[in-house]
Amino acid sequence: MLKGGSRDTGRLLMERSVPGRMGVVTPPLDVPQQPMPDASLLRDDLGLPEVSEPEVVQYFTALSQLNFSIDTQFYPLGSCTMKYNPKVNDEMAFLPGFAAIHPLQPEEQSQGALELLYRLQEFLGKITGMAGVSLATLAGAHGELAGVLMMRAYHHAQGDTGRTKMAIPDSAHGTNPASAAMAGFDVVSLASDKDGNVDLEALHELAGPDLAGVMITLPSTLGLFDQNIVEVCRIVHEAGGLVYGDGANMNALLGRTKLGDLGFDVIHLNLHKTFSTPHGGGGPGAGPVCCAPILARYLAAPVVTATDFNGNGSGSTYSLSTPEQSIGKMSGYHGNFGVLVRAYTYIRTLGDAGIKSISGNAVLNANYLLQALKDIYYLPYDRTCMHEVVLSADWQRARGVSGLDVAKRLLDYGFHAPTMYFPLIVHEALMIEPTEAENRDTLDAFIQALRDINQESFDDPDFVHHAPHTTTVSRLDEAGAARHPDLRWRPEA
Amino acid sequence: MSPDDRRYTREHEWAKLDDADSRLVSVGITAFAQDELGDIVYFDLPTPGDSVSYMVKMGEVESVKAVSDLFSPVTGQIEAVNDELVDHPELVNDDPFEAGWIMKVVLADIAELETLMSAAEYDEYIGSN
Ligand SMILES: Cc1ncc(COP(=O)(O)O)c(C=O)c1O
Repeated sequence: MLKGGSRDTGRLLMERSVPGRMGVVTPPLDVPQQPMPDASLLRDDLGLPEVSEPEVVQYFTALSQLNFSIDTQFYPLGSCTMKYNPKVNDEMAFLPGFAAIHPLQPEEQSQGALELLYRLQEFLGKITGMAGVSLATLAGAHGELAGVLMMRAYHHAQGDTGRTKMAIPDSAHGTNPASAAMAGFDVVSLASDKDGNVDLEALHELAGPDLAGVMITLPSTLGLFDQNIVEVCRIVHEAGGLVYGDGANMNALLGRTKLGDLGFDVIHLNLHKTFSTPHGGGGPGAGPVCCAPILARYLAAPVVTATDFNGNGSGSTYSLSTPEQSIGKMSGYHGNFGVLVRAYTYIRTLGDAGIKSISGNAVLNANYLLQALKDIYYLPYDRTCMHEVVLSADWQRARGVSGLDVAKRLLDYGFHAPTMYFPLIVHEALMIEPTEAENRDTLDAFIQALRDINQESFDDPDFVHHAPHTTTVSRLDEAGAARHPDLRWRPEA
Repeated sequence: MSPDDRRYTREHEWAKLDDADSRLVSVGITAFAQDELGDIVYFDLPTPGDSVSYMVKMGEVESVKAVSDLFSPVTGQIEAVNDELVDHPELVNDDPFEAGWIMKVVLADIAELETLMSAAEYDEYIGSN
């Protein structure tokens, strides 16, 4: 029997089909009927499910209620900055003047939208200390690709085509080497030293005439501020290379440190993390690229320019332009405009002081967790952390409870799992990013859950090993799913 | 204890001499390596006939945790790869030292094996690691 009838989520929509049930009533034809295309063009019947509208709504609503989301559960997914997304952001993005314009509308009809983009460019330039900004890239990884293509364009413009290597720390997010490889570079791994900083000796060895540059994440994916960063930039520049900054972790630095001041040449930001726009299945991303003056001419098109911008915007006109030696277009139109409206709203709502309080509270929250847990979860880099803390479940694993088991058990306690097994250089890594949006009650409850799970690892490791026990589905066969993916519904033979 | 009929690298590969006359060795990853990786879901295998060099990348292994490079423990030419791993990567989790072999290589120089770690040295290396 189906639990909950048509609200049961165990059956796919295709399996609910009943001949003759209908979800839509098609309106009468009001255009001349056209002949059907040649039937031989059709490979197959399109087996659409026959279901009623209420059934579809009930099914998808029931599915959505199984979800973990930032508005329902604490979501400490390291490196992902799953912070609260203020609802006013959505309200602004839904304003008809923003939501109903078409990207091909003439510029003189979309001056308001262009002004918003221009002002957002200015804000991001100010926040990062960088002169050039392009909003055209649609995700962090997309911004990385644009940034490294700009680095390549720069070297080639100097007639320097021998710089084939991109050095990337061994703690980096996987998108960094992927982006560099996609842009045609040979990726070389840059070791971390015992404190989790870039190993300067290793960097010295790589810094030569074949080094195009380095890609540095600051704070790093270990949640640490690289204390060598100024020296790193100096060494790379001295060797004729450029420094790329992965700014996905800017939540830790907002209003305090500017990557441009530290010596970075080009960076991307993840607006969908740092600037509170929904992500992780909740919405599209935006990964704007910011750069130093020497690289601005290579930025992805379009960028918004203003004539006579006087601060309050009156009397200015805005237009889209292509930087002199642009790497070209990276997306169809002007980036994910709705995301950009949300990020702009966030910045305007907070103002200077508010922006600064984000990084303060993000770092405070992460260190609160670090201090409360480091006696029972191994802390591989015993330093003050930034916006996230990377712990290890090594001690628990010795008792038969892995990092994966701890993460799964947290679901029973009502918390989303932290990021696991990343960064790769930390054994049994549990990467926890609370964000500034959480209050002390939530943090204390999370700490208690991790302490309880640690106790369970002594008392009943097998119980933890088989968690979760209270969720709709328990331990899924992840290896089976990856080995033999079954992604497509087929009618029973 | 790792089997002492073969040699080991710091990157957790093993190389076992199958036939001294033809300088043929089997190559795979160790029990320690598969345990660290977790459930293996995919192998990017090298191609028979290709040359491999000591500590140069020969392929990739993907587990539920991460994707890692595979490095050749020896220098020579690939005689065969274990095609079974395409559909059954779990063979390496279940039996890393036998059924889960990855490739067979004709060594350029049989003396190269002597430069790798013995089982006792490898066990000490992973113990202290
Ligand atoms: C440090 C870091 N860099 C880059 C990225 C890539 O960003 P995106 O997922 O938007 O492509 C991420 C996020 O997943 C990240 O955490």
